[in-house]
Amino acid sequence: MPEGRSPILELQGITKSFGGVEALRGVDFALLPGEIHGLVGENGAGKSTLMKIIAGVHTDFSGRFLVNGQETRFRSARDAHAAGIAMVHQELSVAPDLTVAENVFLGNQPTNRLGIVQWRRMAREAGEQLARFGIDVDPMSRLGDLPIGLQQLIEIARVLFSGARIVILDEPTSALSPPEVERLFTTLRRLRNEGTGIVFISHFIEDILRVSDTVTVFRNGRKVAETASSATTKGALIEAMIGRGGEALEHSYTDDLSLPKPSDGPVVLKVDQLSLARSLRDISFEARAGEVLGVYGFMGCGQQELSRILFGKLKPDGGTLIVDGAPKTFASTAAARRAGVALVPESRRAMLFHQEPVYKNVSISILDRISALLLKPAREREIAQRQVEQLQIRPPVVGLDLGMLSGGNQQKVALARWLTYPPKLLVLCEPTRGMDVGAKNDVINIVRDLRAKGLAIIVLSTEPETVLSLADRILVLKRGTLVREFKNEPVSKDRLLEAA
Amino acid sequence: MASSETALAADRKPRGIGPFLRSQMRNIAPFLTLIFLSLFFAFASPSFATLDNLGNILTQVSVTGIIAVGLTFVILCAEIDLSIASIANVTGIAVAYFTLQESYVNIANVPMPGAVAILLAILLCALLGLVNALGLTVIGIPSFIMTLAMMQIAAGISALLVRGQIAYKVPSLISTLGSGSIGGIPWIVIVAAIMLLAGHLVLTYTRFGRYVYMVGGNREAAEYSGLNVKLILGAVMVISAVCSGIGGMLGVAHFGSAQQNEFDTYLLDSIAAVVVGGTSLFGGRGGIGNTIVGLFVLGVLNNGLDHVNIDSFLKILIRGLILLAALVINVYAQRLREQTAD
Repeated sequence: MPEGRSPILELQGITKSFGGVEALRGVDFALLPGEIHGLVGENGAGKSTLMKIIAGVHTDFSGRFLVNGQETRFRSARDAHAAGIAMVHQELSVAPDLTVAENVFLGNQPTNRLGIVQWRRMAREAGEQLARFGIDVDPMSRLGDLPIGLQQLIEIARVLFSGARIVILDEPTSALSPPEVERLFTTLRRLRNEGTGIVFISHFIEDILRVSDTVTVFRNGRKVAETASSATTKGALIEAMIGRGGEALEHSYTDDLSLPKPSDGPVVLKVDQLSLARSLRDISFEARAGEVLGVYGFMGCGQQELSRILFGKLKPDGGTLIVDGAPKTFASTAAARRAGVALVPESRRAMLFHQEPVYKNVSISILDRISALLLKPAREREIAQRQVEQLQIRPPVVGLDLGMLSGGNQQKVALARWLTYPPKLLVLCEPTRGMDVGAKNDVINIVRDLRAKGLAIIVLSTEPETVLSLADRILVLKRGTLVREFKNEPVSKDRLLEAA
Repeated sequence: MASSETALAADRKPRGIGPFLRSQMRNIAPFLTLIFLSLFFAFASPSFATLDNLGNILTQVSVTGIIAVGLTFVILCAEIDLSIASIANVTGIAVAYFTLQESYVNIANVPMPGAVAILLAILLCALLGLVNALGLTVIGIPSFIMTLAMMQIAAGISALLVRGQIAYKVPSLISTLGSGSIGGIPWIVIVAAIMLLAGHLVLTYTRFGRYVYMVGGNREAAEYSGLNVKLILGAVMVISAVCSGIGGMLGVAHFGSAQQNEFDTYLLDSIAAVVVGGTSLFGGRGGIGNTIVGLFVLGVLNNGLDHVNIDSFLKILIRGLILLAALVINVYAQRLREQTAD
């Protein structure tokens, strides 16, 4: 294997902090030419931060950075690009309204001496490149008309064939079907054999083990292990990722936790054979009153789509929703709200009005109940004040513009809105993401209170801890299908990761 | 958590007069413009600052004011309505079309009792507004394009109704409201004042008004709050069309005739009044109060330029420059506010 070759990329003692929080602490990392280097770690372990440093996105860090043995400092992503480093980011970044060929050549279309784009040459070369990748598609078709997985493949193809000698792939397989993943791996191996250095980040540990030569494990901003892929197992990697022992401050959920006996409350929501294009297939489950149902899965597994369907924001292609015994097809979010469904999306920004005071943010969904025609601001403030006190929102001033509150308090305002409603079914996406320990515990307590009041609650998260800390029953969603249900049995982070 | 988060929140609380003024810039700037223009014309011309002339200004801005009420709702929702002048025109023509004309008017019209004529005209503008609403919400055509099409459609209906002729008679109620006066105050000014007041009350004190601001402020959040965003957007398009229709009927009575292209200048004037007044083109900020200030800025400007003996062609250029300045302030104020809020 890669013994004896000198690294094309070497980082020594990299430390990077965001506003006082250390995301990386003294990390060493080396990439050899002709190597596929897998990177694993939980969300927030520092993988993406390190890759963004390599790709010139983060330029403010300490430590040594060497490309081909030369100490270098990139000032921008453009510098990194010039040095032959290319990255496929987690989020799709394509231009859907341009043609496939234009996307493949984005930023360096072939031109003649007059600077005029040579369309025919561009189409031909794009077609050839994609064919090498096993993609058979008309280079002149509009990219946005293709399925998401194909778009992702084309974006990857663009980066792989850009001539870069160092390629970083951050979660490239989340939207791909198994044969597409296979094709990607074949291409990666070929590029490796041609001498390209590849960094491959994924939550799918089987994928990492299959394609990479070396695996590095991150935990809490540190590199905790580096080993040859052939010398390790999925179990060992998961263990290294989540860490045994008392290192973590929070409850680490590494030990078995026993889920309670399922609630025998009435069924509030029944989902049957729900599907949505490439995102969800044949999803069926029930949610009962007085129970918190967790839905766990990796980024892009279809959670987001599922939550949007439940709240009437997306329309499913097939399947039925039954709320309180009545089949529903929600024409709008207003219809979902009236049926007693509430959603807190993963991004607080998406549901809050930052330029409006706290009380208006709280009362917006119950206005039709407290006022027929004329507003009753005094009553709105009173209701909001009660919630602010109950949830200990700081500062406790209902007239303050929401934008002045901290993130954790904004999340509480989002919950407060639906607490005043209150819905029959509450859908929470990533309810504790980005919160400090105290705020997390507050949210957990609020959710437990609501469960005690007899609400059916669905918690969707890509963080195992979130699901484990809240849920009474857990469904595992993998690439758009439900693959496992945990109920009335022991569960732990290992078991969840194993199932996903 | 409490201590660190509280401290953070306290730090972010912008207090003091500077940030306050910055966040209020969209309200202050138009008002200062109005005071400046008024003072300027008062010194430049002895005939400007008279009670008579104030009456003139009020009458001159009335039709624009009535149309601008509905447009304020639309712009607060971060949409636009370019069909207001055309709908005003077709409604004015329709009400005349359904009224018995003098024998020398060569229009194949359909005389009806006055009340029916008025009702039919209102129905017509509401219907056209509904078409705008459906195009915007059900089909998903951007309001800019949808109402551009409606501008042509309404103009087309106007053309078919009058066929290049001019009608003069309108129902007596309309002619009183449009050209009569009571106790020296023109009815049209009173109607404009009542409609502006009603618009203000709806926006400030009703649930619907709150929804309009919320949808305009953050449409995605409104949807995630379970509001029926499409219904609200549809409603403002209909409100806009009906206000335009009322403005059109009274305008026809005020001018004394109903004919093609009579209201063309009102499109720009109404949009200018709303935007110059400081209502945000990005939605969610502003209101009827702003529109009233905007109306006066335009009214004083138009009227004052007549008083100071200025090249009438230059007048058009000056109006354009003032509008540009207002747009700059509008966009700038939005940015300042976002900085203060985040």
